[in-house]
Amino acid sequence: MSSEHMTTESRVHHPDYVKIWAILVALLIVSVIGSMSSIRAVMLLAAFGVAIVKAYLVAKNFMHINVEKRWVPYLLIVCLMFMVVLMAGVAPDVMHHSGLHWENTAAKQAVEKGMQNAPAKHE
Amino acid sequence: MSTATAAKPIANTRSATGIPTAKLITWWVIASEIVIFGGLLAIYIMHRLGHPEWAEAASHTNTMAGAVNTFVLLTSSLCAVLAHKAADAHDGPKAAKLLRLTSLGGLIFLTIKGFEWTHDIHEGFVLSSGGFWSYYYTLAGLHGLHVLAGMIIMLIVAADAAKNQELQRVECVGLYWHFVDIVWIFLFPLLYIAR
Amino acid sequence: MSTHAVHHAEPGAFQKYFWSTDHKVIAMQYLFTGMAMAAIGGFLAYGFRMQLGFPNQHVPGIGLVTPGKYNALVTMHGSIMIFWVAMPILIAAFGNFLIPLMIGADDMAFPRINRLSYQIFLISVIVLLASFFVKGGAFGGAWTSYPPLSAKGAYNLTPIGASLWLIAVALEFVAFLLGGINFTVTAMNSRAPGMKMFDVPMVVWMIVLASIIFMASAGPLIAGAVMLLFDQTMATGFYDPNRGGDPLLWEHLFWFFGHPEVYVVLLPAMGIVAEILAVFARKKLFGYKTMLYTAWATGVLSFVVWAHHQFVAGIDPRMANIFSVTTLLISIPIAEMVFLYIATLYGGSIRLDTPMLWGLAFIAEFLIGGVTGIFLGASGTDIYLHDTYFVIAHFHYTFVPIAIIAVFGGITFWYPKMFGRMLNETLGKIHFWGTVIAFNVIFIPLFMTGVAGDQRRIYSYSQFQEQMKPALVHLRTTSTIALLVMLAFQIIFIVNFFWSLRNGEKAAANPWRSTTLEWTVPSPPPHGNFSELPTVYRGPYEYGLPGRADDYWPQDAQN
Repeated sequence: MSSEHMTTESRVHHPDYVKIWAILVALLIVSVIGSMSSIRAVMLLAAFGVAIVKAYLVAKNFMHINVEKRWVPYLLIVCLMFMVVLMAGVAPDVMHHSGLHWENTAAKQAVEKGMQNAPAKHE
Repeated sequence: MSTATAAKPIANTRSATGIPTAKLITWWVIASEIVIFGGLLAIYIMHRLGHPEWAEAASHTNTMAGAVNTFVLLTSSLCAVLAHKAADAHDGPKAAKLLRLTSLGGLIFLTIKGFEWTHDIHEGFVLSSGGFWSYYYTLAGLHGLHVLAGMIIMLIVAADAAKNQELQRVECVGLYWHFVDIVWIFLFPLLYIAR
Repeated sequence: MSTHAVHHAEPGAFQKYFWSTDHKVIAMQYLFTGMAMAAIGGFLAYGFRMQLGFPNQHVPGIGLVTPGKYNALVTMHGSIMIFWVAMPILIAAFGNFLIPLMIGADDMAFPRINRLSYQIFLISVIVLLASFFVKGGAFGGAWTSYPPLSAKGAYNLTPIGASLWLIAVALEFVAFLLGGINFTVTAMNSRAPGMKMFDVPMVVWMIVLASIIFMASAGPLIAGAVMLLFDQTMATGFYDPNRGGDPLLWEHLFWFFGHPEVYVVLLPAMGIVAEILAVFARKKLFGYKTMLYTAWATGVLSFVVWAHHQFVAGIDPRMANIFSVTTLLISIPIAEMVFLYIATLYGGSIRLDTPMLWGLAFIAEFLIGGVTGIFLGASGTDIYLHDTYFVIAHFHYTFVPIAIIAVFGGITFWYPKMFGRMLNETLGKIHFWGTVIAFNVIFIPLFMTGVAGDQRRIYSYSQFQEQMKPALVHLRTTSTIALLVMLAFQIIFIVNFFWSLRNGEKAAANPWRSTTLEWTVPSPPPHGNFSELPTVYRGPYEYGLPGRADDYWPQDAQN
C-alpha cells in the first residue's frame, strides 16, 4: 500500500507540553538533591532512577514513540540490547581485574594507589 | 541552499510502511546513534565500576553547571516539541521561531560548557589527565558535537519553515534533538552526580 | 495505479558525472573506485607474496621488501580489500544501481544524501592513499590495528600513517552509515504499488540487511576509534595498561564490529548469487522466506560470536566456551542457505553462461571456506591454528568468493543493463577458469603451510629452521606463482570490460530473460528509470510455470 503524497500531520494529539516540562524540571531538582544524600541507595535512585523516568517521559510525550508504528520502539530497544550484549561480553575482561587463572596487575595497582590517595571519598 | 520541492524523486514521496520517508530516516539515524553513544557509555560504565578510585576525580566536575545545562536542554526540548505542534497546525513562522529558540538553547548549553571546561582545564584537568577525565571529555565532547550539529540543522529547517515549506522536517529535527536531550539525561548522573 | 515519472532536464558534463544525484551514476562512481582500489589491493598482495615466495629479492615495481614495508603491505592489502573494495562494490555500487530499479522507483529516497555519501567515501580514499606518501609511509599495524602497536608510533614506526588510516576508516564508516540508511529507507518505503515485502528480490533484502547489521555493529567501534585516535595524538591512555587502560578493550570493540562485518559483505554476495541462480536455472528461488528468515537469524547471531577472534588473547576462558558454541551454531543458517541454493538448482534447466559459472563457483568455494571455519571456531583447535596461515586460507576461501567471485558474477550479469552492451562470452569464460583455478592453487598450499606452523605477518621464515623445510618453501613459492597467474588473467577481464563498453554487441532490455523489474527498462536505463512507473503483480522468481508460452513471467506483466 503506498501513498503518493507527503503526510505532514502526525496522528498524535498534543498533550500539555509545558506541564510535562514542569514535571521534568521537578525531577531534575529531586535528582540533584537526592544525589547529595549519604545513603548510597538513595543517591543511586535519585541519579539513575530519575534519569530513566525522565528519558521515558521525553520519549513518550515529546517523541510520541508510543503512537509510532510498533516496530520503531522495538528497533531502538534491540539496539540497546546489543549494547547490553557488548557489555556482557566485554565486562569479564575489562571491568574485572582478575578471574580464572589471570589477573590484571596494572589495573589492580592503579586501583590500590588511587584508593590510598583518597580513602575518605570511597563509596 | 534550496531545500524546497525542486527535484524530489517519486521515491521520496512514497510510503509503503505508512511512515513518511523523512521520519523513517530520522528513526534510523537515531538507531545508529544509540549504538554509538550506547557503545561509548557501556565502555565508560564498565571502567567506572572497575575503578572506584575514579570517584575522587569525578568529584571535581561542576555539578551545578551540569544541572543548569540539563535544565537548558529540557527547556529547549520543550521549544522543539512546541515547534512540532505549530508545524502540525501549519503555522510555519511560529514553528520557525520555536526552532530558533531551541537552537538558542543549544548555544547556551555549549557556552556554559565552554566556561565549565575552561575552569576545569585551568585546574589542570585535561583530556590526558587520566582515566576519568579522558572519558569525561570524550563523552561530553561527542555529545557537544551532536548538539552543535543539531543546532545547525535546526536553523536550516527553520529557514524553510518560516516560508511554510517542508514543515514535516520540523518534527524530524525535533526527534533528533530529543534524542540528544535523552543522551544528556543519562550523561548528567554518570559524569556529574555519581560519586 | 502507475504514475508518470518526473521529467528531468538534460544536465551538463560536470553535473552528469561529478555532481549527479542519479543513483546509477553514483553506483558507477562506487564501482570504478572499487575496481581501482582492487587493482591497488592486488598489487600490494603481489608485493608481499613475492617476498614470501622469493625471500629477500628485489621485487619489480616495489623494491626490496623490508620488514617495515612488509607490515605496511599486509596491513593495507587487508584494509583496502575489505573497506574499499568489497563494501563499496557489493553494497554501494550494486545497492545503488539495483535497489531503485528492482523496486520500481525513479531514484533513492534521498538522492542528495546519496551523493554526499560517495563524496565522503572519496575523501576517505584520498586520505588512505595519501598515507602511502607521508613520512614513515602507510600504516603497518595490521588491519586489526591492535594497541599498543597501533597507539604508539615508537612501536609501529608509521605514526602519521596510523592516524591517517584511522581517519580514512572513520570516514568510510560515515559514508556507509549514510548510504546504508538511505538504502534501508528506500527499500522500506519507495516500493512500487503491489510490491509487498516478500515480492522484493532477494539481493535487495540482503543489501538492506547488510546495511542494518553494519549500522548496529559499527557504533561501538566508532567510539573506540575516536579513543584510539586520542591515544595516538592526545596522550590519552584508553588502551594503555600503564595509564589504566586495556588493550583487550580495543580487541573486543573491533571484533564486535569485525565479525558482523563479514556478514555485511557476505549477505549481498549471497543475494547476487541468488539472483543469478534463479535466472540461469530458469527456476524459482527455493525457499524465499526460509532464506530471508535464515539471513535475519545469521545477522542476529553474528552479534554474539565475536570473541572467537580472541580465543588466545587472554579473554576469560569461560567466555571462550560460550563463544565457541555460538560460533559453531552460526554455521547452521549459512549451511541452510547453501542448501537452498542447491535446491534451487535441482531440476532446473541450467545454462552455463559466464554469470552462472561465477555463481556456481561461489557455492563450491564458499563451502570450503565455511567448513574450514569450524576448526577455528572450536576454541581447542584454534589454540593451535590461531595466527597461522590456516586462518588466512580460511578467510580467503570466504572473502574471495564474496569480494571477487560474486562480484564478477554480478558484473557479468548486470553489465548489459549498466552499459547497454554485452560482454564477450569467450573472454568471460577464459577469465573465469583462469581466476578460479589459480585461486585454489594459491590457497590450498597455505592451508598446509599453516598447519605446518607458518605464522601470519612474518616477512621471512629464514630464521625459523622448522619452517625452512624444502616442502614448505616449495608450497610458498607455488602459492606466489599462482597469484601471478591469477593477476595476469585479470588483464583479460579488463580488456573485455573496457573493449565491450564501445564495441560489445548492443544489449536488449532483457537479454537474460529475467523476471525482475530492472530488466523492463532500456539498457542502460534513462534518467528517471521508468517512463511509466510499474505496478507489481507477483513475486520476483516466477520461472517455468506450466501452461505459459514463455518460461518466465515478469513481475509487472498484467497477465
